[in-house]
Amino acid sequence: MCGIAGLIHRGKSSNVGEELQKMLQALKHRGPDSTGYALYANNDGQNFIMRFKVGENVGEGSTSVNEDENVYNERKKLVNKRLSELGATVVKEEKLTPYSYRYEIKYDKDLMEFSKAIESIESVEILSIGKSLELIKDLGDATTVSERYGLNKVQGTHGIGHARMATESGVDIKSAHPFWGYPFADVSVVHNGQLTNYWNNRRVLENKGMRFMSECDSELIAVFLAEKMRDGATLEEGMKQSLTGLDGVFTYFVATKDSLGMAKDTMAAKPLVLYESDDLVAMGSEEIAIRSILPQEIDTYDPFDGEVKVWQI
Amino acid sequence: MANLKTTAKKTKAQSMGLHTEVLTGKTQQKFFNPDEAENFFYWGTHNVDFNKRTELDVMDMDCRQANNKIDELMSEGYGTIVIKNPQGKHSLGVGILNKLNLIFEGSLGYFGVGSIDGPIVTVNGRVGWSCAENMMAGKVVIEKNAGSCFGAAIRGGDLICKGSVGARTGIDQKGGSIIVGGDAGAFTGFMMQRGRIVILGDVGINLGDSMYDGTIYVGGKIGSFGSDAVESPMTKNDIEWLTRKLKVAEIGSNVDLSKMTKVVAGKKLWNYDALEPTERKGAI
Repeated sequence: MCGIAGLIHRGKSSNVGEELQKMLQALKHRGPDSTGYALYANNDGQNFIMRFKVGENVGEGSTSVNEDENVYNERKKLVNKRLSELGATVVKEEKLTPYSYRYEIKYDKDLMEFSKAIESIESVEILSIGKSLELIKDLGDATTVSERYGLNKVQGTHGIGHARMATESGVDIKSAHPFWGYPFADVSVVHNGQLTNYWNNRRVLENKGMRFMSECDSELIAVFLAEKMRDGATLEEGMKQSLTGLDGVFTYFVATKDSLGMAKDTMAAKPLVLYESDDLVAMGSEEIAIRSILPQEIDTYDPFDGEVKVWQI
Repeated sequence: MANLKTTAKKTKAQSMGLHTEVLTGKTQQKFFNPDEAENFFYWGTHNVDFNKRTELDVMDMDCRQANNKIDELMSEGYGTIVIKNPQGKHSLGVGILNKLNLIFEGSLGYFGVGSIDGPIVTVNGRVGWSCAENMMAGKVVIEKNAGSCFGAAIRGGDLICKGSVGARTGIDQKGGSIIVGGDAGAFTGFMMQRGRIVILGDVGINLGDSMYDGTIYVGGKIGSFGSDAVESPMTKNDIEWLTRKLKVAEIGSNVDLSKMTKVVAGKKLWNYDALEPTERKGAI
């Protein structure tokens, strides 16, 4: 059992960081192990934002191996060296925790080759690349992660988030959601459920050059959609194909720079409550997530089995 | 102690090894007698006066605090309780075993008014998954939409949703009526065993999948029939029952009941043909 939440403001920006934090905190009982945010912030859109980690959070119930901070620093130096070799210019560099960084970079070449080069460094994982996407995930509940990364002031148009109860893989950042839709800028996915044809799909997708960073079944959704879009499908087309291409039970959200979508498996085995108005769409695993930002009486509903919906900002 | 003896004549099911003994004589089972209703008293119930009304704001309460407060108000004789600001909280109004007029001004989360036996409940908003699960008796009216597993395993009473409901409505239903004014999702009536489900709108795929018994009426389109669910002709009795129930539910006054689709169990899955009438009853 995990909790997922998402919202999209249509035609305006809002404090999406704080709103998503409230929604995810309301779902804490569904998943206390880790929390993740994919926030689409009001950045200037000139440069890529790359969030990456050079190690794991080894506290708070982590299953990861403890490493010295000097090891992290050495890996970070290697990242800088690799960026220089790739022709990328680091405009701004922020150290967020001993193991994670946010870089603003100038780069105009292929993102897949770029990502492969960076992630060839041991234990380095790119959490996200995008011009508006800010993907943050770490161990702890929504409030803990929000305070650790200063998310309560992030202004933006939309976002998705996840409160994880680890079932299929370890308690660590690499298995936490959201997953970046590698190698597409600004694509992220969160998922509630279990996928039963993970390994079959993974083998096929890896043979087609796609990359997996974890053994978390949910990562498959991001890779599945990315591969469809790489082959020319629109986001909505890819999501519809996922209803038959993915086996198991799932409700998932996917977000891009200017859109937010949801898909529910054909058995409707995982919950989702949805509120939709002209200027705001909010959804979550339980109504209490929506109520945390909309306490007034509103009309909500459950999308039906096999339903796919996409909204634009 | 029950008297167990081997049957002299073997049925087909018994010859297949499914049954080797029959139960005869008196058992310890007690049955409810309507004539003795006044003497039938649950522990933890209260005598309440419908004319004694109060309001309860649960905005700052968790579900346990709210339910304890409802119980406290019933013990003081309040028979009409209006709950303000339920805010989608889970498990509100569960386990009420006496008559009560309970009104929620807002929406409920999961397992709202579950395991109730007798109260009349009105929810002005929406309800989450598994509303009224295991309801024994009473009437529950939802003014807006409901989530999945609406009325799961209910034994009796009337459960009404004026909006649309999610998947697996009436799963494992054992009695009572579920009436939905809008659409319903997949697997409606999944493994239902008794009772009736009425969907005035469309239903999703696998309607009545693996149902043992009971009846489902659908006013709109059917995504697909589930395993062993079959269409059956509408009878005069069906229309009379629907007319009466929809009037109670205060919905569907403009629906042409004769054009509804009636769905029942084909009774092929559970080897019904091999069973004696008494055994069929025991199978449900």
